[in-house]
Amino acid sequence: MSDWQVKYKSTVKDRGARGILKLREGMLLFVPNDPNSDSKLKVLTPNIKSQKYTKEGSNKPPWLNLTNKQARSHIFEFENYQDMHACRALITKALAKCEEEPNKPAAVLTSAEQLSIADLELRFKVLRENSELQRLHKEFVETKVLTEDEFWATRKKLLGKDSIRKSKQQVGLKSMMVSGIKPSTDGRTNRVTFNLTSEIIFQIFAEKPAVRQAFINYVPSKMTEKDFWTKYFRAEYLYSTKNTAVAAAEAAEDEELAVFLKPDEILAQEARQKIRRVDPTLDMEADQGDDYTHLMDHGIQRDGTMDVVEPQNGQFRRSLLQDLNRHAAVVLEGRNIDVDSEDTRSVAEALARVKQVSKADGETTKDANQERLARMSRVAEMEDLQAPQNFPLAPLSIKDPRDYFESQQGNVVNEPRGAGTLKRNVHEAYGSLKESILEIRTKGLSDPLIKPEVAFEVFRSLTQTISTAKNIIGKNPRESFLDRLPKSTRDEVLHHWTSIQELLKHFWSSYPITTTYLHTKAGKLKDAMSNSYSQLEAMKESVQSELRHQLSLLVRPMQQALDAAFQHYDADLQRRAAKSARGSAGEANGSV
Amino acid sequence: MATVASKLYSDDGSLLVLLLDTNPLFWSNTSTTFSQFLSHVLAFLNAVLGLNQLNQVVVIATGYCSCDYIYDSSLTLSGNSESGRTGMPALFASFLEKLEDFIVKDEELIKEQEHDERIASSLLSGSLSMALCYIQRVFRSGHLHPQPRILCLQGSPDGPEQYVAVMNSIFSAQRLMVPIDSCYIGTQNSAFLQQASYITGGVHHAPKQLDGLFQFLTTIFATDLHTRSFVQLPKPVGVDFRASCFCHKKTIDMGYVCSVCLSIFCEHHKKCSTCGSVFGQSKLDGASTVSEKKRKAPDS
Repeated sequence: MSDWQVKYKSTVKDRGARGILKLREGMLLFVPNDPNSDSKLKVLTPNIKSQKYTKEGSNKPPWLNLTNKQARSHIFEFENYQDMHACRALITKALAKCEEEPNKPAAVLTSAEQLSIADLELRFKVLRENSELQRLHKEFVETKVLTEDEFWATRKKLLGKDSIRKSKQQVGLKSMMVSGIKPSTDGRTNRVTFNLTSEIIFQIFAEKPAVRQAFINYVPSKMTEKDFWTKYFRAEYLYSTKNTAVAAAEAAEDEELAVFLKPDEILAQEARQKIRRVDPTLDMEADQGDDYTHLMDHGIQRDGTMDVVEPQNGQFRRSLLQDLNRHAAVVLEGRNIDVDSEDTRSVAEALARVKQVSKADGETTKDANQERLARMSRVAEMEDLQAPQNFPLAPLSIKDPRDYFESQQGNVVNEPRGAGTLKRNVHEAYGSLKESILEIRTKGLSDPLIKPEVAFEVFRSLTQTISTAKNIIGKNPRESFLDRLPKSTRDEVLHHWTSIQELLKHFWSSYPITTTYLHTKAGKLKDAMSNSYSQLEAMKESVQSELRHQLSLLVRPMQQALDAAFQHYDADLQRRAAKSARGSAGEANGSV
Repeated sequence: MATVASKLYSDDGSLLVLLLDTNPLFWSNTSTTFSQFLSHVLAFLNAVLGLNQLNQVVVIATGYCSCDYIYDSSLTLSGNSESGRTGMPALFASFLEKLEDFIVKDEELIKEQEHDERIASSLLSGSLSMALCYIQRVFRSGHLHPQPRILCLQGSPDGPEQYVAVMNSIFSAQRLMVPIDSCYIGTQNSAFLQQASYITGGVHHAPKQLDGLFQFLTTIFATDLHTRSFVQLPKPVGVDFRASCFCHKKTIDMGYVCSVCLSIFCEHHKKCSTCGSVFGQSKLDGASTVSEKKRKAPDS
């Protein structure tokens, strides 16, 4: 397929061996130039786990670092970035291809034989990590209650976590600003060199629509692409020297250059349009008043010098904030065109098209101003100038707070005792009460106040109350009954709970029964469930007597859930029997 | 010197406000006599006063028609030793005198009342309010005061008609961080007292043996609040959270609540009898009929 001249290193510090990197069907080959070298390499593409590469513009040579599944890395140093990117693109494609392949048969045939080894390994791994799952698997799959696939079908999530493979994420833009591209000087002459890549060009076009427009207008009719970029960077250079006087002079001489130095008209128009869409109640001019960067000693530090806005020649200056905002907007928009070509012109045109479309979206209505006015009046609605909105309102009218309770006593259920007898009783009672007081006043406190046996009995009963309350509530309220069970019983209860859940999940998911396969499955599950039902009973009997009541409380919901399943199973069976009887009596319908 | 002492002991000096149930209807129907009960209580009060020099005891009688302060240990002069014929301390003599006066007054009040159709409950809401008023006055007296707590010695059943008043007192006590301990000596269960102790963080206990009341009182209710954190006290297994409805004064566990004034009703009304809000058709009824229909559909 493709060959590249590269230097192969097994580690970063390795000096490397020169050779040829070949990409063939399903593998990557490195053949060293020196036939004696032992650095011959063959990497199967499916084994490649990740690839890293040095960024353009960094001072490192173009390296491609491939990591294989055994976490070994292979570093290839290319002669230039273009080669590296080309190779990288091909590897990515190959990787994507071989990742798709194992999925295909799995989608068509889901029987165990067709499973890829990777999937089986994954299942093994999940089982190894989760002992509870392993126990369930052992209990149900190995006893053939559930098939392997049925077991895993409900746990796709566990398997899926590792197998999210293809990311559809688009490559975004670098966050480096275009103005951050610094020329390299050779130090001897006054020549400065700008390195331009298609990525940078894209960024420039996206951030500066005026440059894009100028490119479409001038290239190739008026000047060559090279001239265009020379002019552009000259303008950038002038700009970066911050010598606005020179910039103004040059702009006056060269109108094409002036295009680059002048504020971007297209951007300004877009900005005006955006401002029109701002909430009309927001006073943008007031915000502008807050800007004090033009004052002495104010401004933003940039490249070591103060970025002071000078009033004269202001049109040749762009503020850092403008640049930053524009750049941020472009980065956020991302790469929204699919043109991945080296042809600068087509990139520019594609971008211009995208802009036009979004612009058209923006102003579908001609009477935008009209709409703006309408919105203004809608937003600026003053609450206190509106007619009162009359919601149906019922004031809380408790006229007499006693109403809250006392005046409604009319319907009080009368005491069974009659009023008269009560009255007499009351007076008798008062009499006896007074007698009691008289008695204590004459006789004094009863002596002895309390009998020792009674006091002992009180202590005993109190101790019992406190200890039983502790038993029921637990030492702290969080502690549950489970913690008081012996460990083996506790584990058994928990295991029963999970296994019953598993069985019930499969049982209910097999309804409605439409195939004979589901029918046998439901039958198998029902048998397994009645098995665990009897196990629950046995467990209840085996446990200590004082724990039995609590345990049966724990077990009851499980048994109830199982009962519901049994009931459904029987009802369904009966209905089917009736149906088949009817079916055989009448004419044979199509089988289900 | 005195100020130093009070500062040192201010964390375990306690102000015990005892609410004494003097409902004649209860005492005429119970196994123990009021005099036996009183001797237990008097001994308990004496014990509390003896526990700490700074302890203070206030007794409020909860009568059938009224409530009143019976005794305040801070007001009795210690020098006054009128140890009468019975050899009883002055403290108890004045206590019993006041109590007798109170009962006579209470009886007079019942004569004035014409409609005697109330349940034989005591005026718990009244005595709780009086206790809280007293405690509030103590709080405002300065920073150095004994830690207040309320102990309800109640025997008569709850009066559902006092529900709102009692609950308001309970919530006030909760705000003041005053625990309401309760000792229920009646035969039924007092939801009021259970809730009061639960909400305010007090202790609720219903002793079964009334002849051992003194033992119960000293074991459970004599400890000051600071000491309580170290003592295992009986904890209720459950709390009766039921409320009473406004329309029939029944104690209910499920009912209808007015969305405007939060009145509670045991049955659906067209209009709130408290605030007059008109209720719409209950959604619940509609929903249940729908689900009824739904449930029937597959069978037919």
